[in-house]
Amino acid sequence: MDVLALTQKFPQTQNLAGQDMTTFAVNSSELADIVKYLRDEQGFDLLADLCGMDWKDRTPQFGVVIHLLSTKNREYVRLHAPCVDDTVPTISDIHPGANWHEREAYDMFGIKFIGHPDPRRILMWEAYPYHPLRKDFPLAGIEVPFPAADVAAVTGQTVEPAPMMGGPFVSSGGLMSGAEPQALDQSWNEEKPKS
Amino acid sequence: MVKSDFGYNSKIEGEVIVTRADAVVNWVRSHSVWPMPMGLACCAIELMAAGGSRFDISRFGMEVMRFSPRQADCMIVSGTVTYKMAEVVRRIYDQMAEPKWVVAMGACASSGGMYRSYATLQGVDNIVPVDIYISGCPPRPEALLDGMMLLQEKIRQEGGSLKRTFRGRTVDTKIVS
Repeated sequence: MDVLALTQKFPQTQNLAGQDMTTFAVNSSELADIVKYLRDEQGFDLLADLCGMDWKDRTPQFGVVIHLLSTKNREYVRLHAPCVDDTVPTISDIHPGANWHEREAYDMFGIKFIGHPDPRRILMWEAYPYHPLRKDFPLAGIEVPFPAADVAAVTGQTVEPAPMMGGPFVSSGGLMSGAEPQALDQSWNEEKPKS
Repeated sequence: MVKSDFGYNSKIEGEVIVTRADAVVNWVRSHSVWPMPMGLACCAIELMAAGGSRFDISRFGMEVMRFSPRQADCMIVSGTVTYKMAEVVRRIYDQMAEPKWVVAMGACASSGGMYRSYATLQGVDNIVPVDIYISGCPPRPEALLDGMMLLQEKIRQEGGSLKRTFRGRTVDTKIVS
């Protein structure tokens, strides 16, 4: 790909040292223009992936990583786009395949895509209050009401934190013991260090 | 058939068989289980294998898989039940006509299995009463057949009541609209 042409056309774009493919840090306000430019001028015609990122200690904390593939030149390019106030512009009008990817990034990280045609959750149910792939969310989950109120009324079930998160599960009591298998790594309970 | 279900000696009774109504009804029910394949994950592949010619679930009288809950009387929950899907599983269970049974096939349906996470219901017995649990990840078709034969045995010993135990207490089966 023509790195120089891209950085000259979008001066705020920074060429990062990617180990496996050409990588750019891009300004999220220019993201849609860059993706459109790469598609129309440099032949990156296939959206390979779009995912949300939680960089935890960085500011901004959240961002979007996009992988584009040129089916003509058989070449990948990766774009890092940090969020501004947890938002980035949508690219689903340029690559329609980004539609569900962006919904997943919203569902899992809470990143809002400005201009998205259908900004709903895609995996969790609509009333779920958290974004589970954020680093500060425990894998076992947080107790919330069951999705259907009438089913919850009959069964008394809630969405509860899962027990024994973080397998593998090993039996501590020897061969054929009656003890319930325990997870080796019990750092999830925040009382023991990560093993 | 359990030997004590009816007394029959052709030299004494001729062509008459004396038995109890419960025993006959249970015998008929146990040999005509119409399963509803609630296939949610990889266990469903083993469930399909059990229906194929090699393992042939029809040898035991339960090959009539119905994809409508209104025509089925045994829901085989085969796979991971997420919280989002749990609501659907319960509604499908409620649409099945009595008498009805539930088989939790595999580790995920029985206990959540390896999915100790925010998204997975930790056992389908949290939302529907389960009659038979089958271990395995996934269970082999033989294990499913063994579980279904256990279910037949359970059906033969039923007393005709619609009451069943759910979370340690006896309940009437309530209908969710």
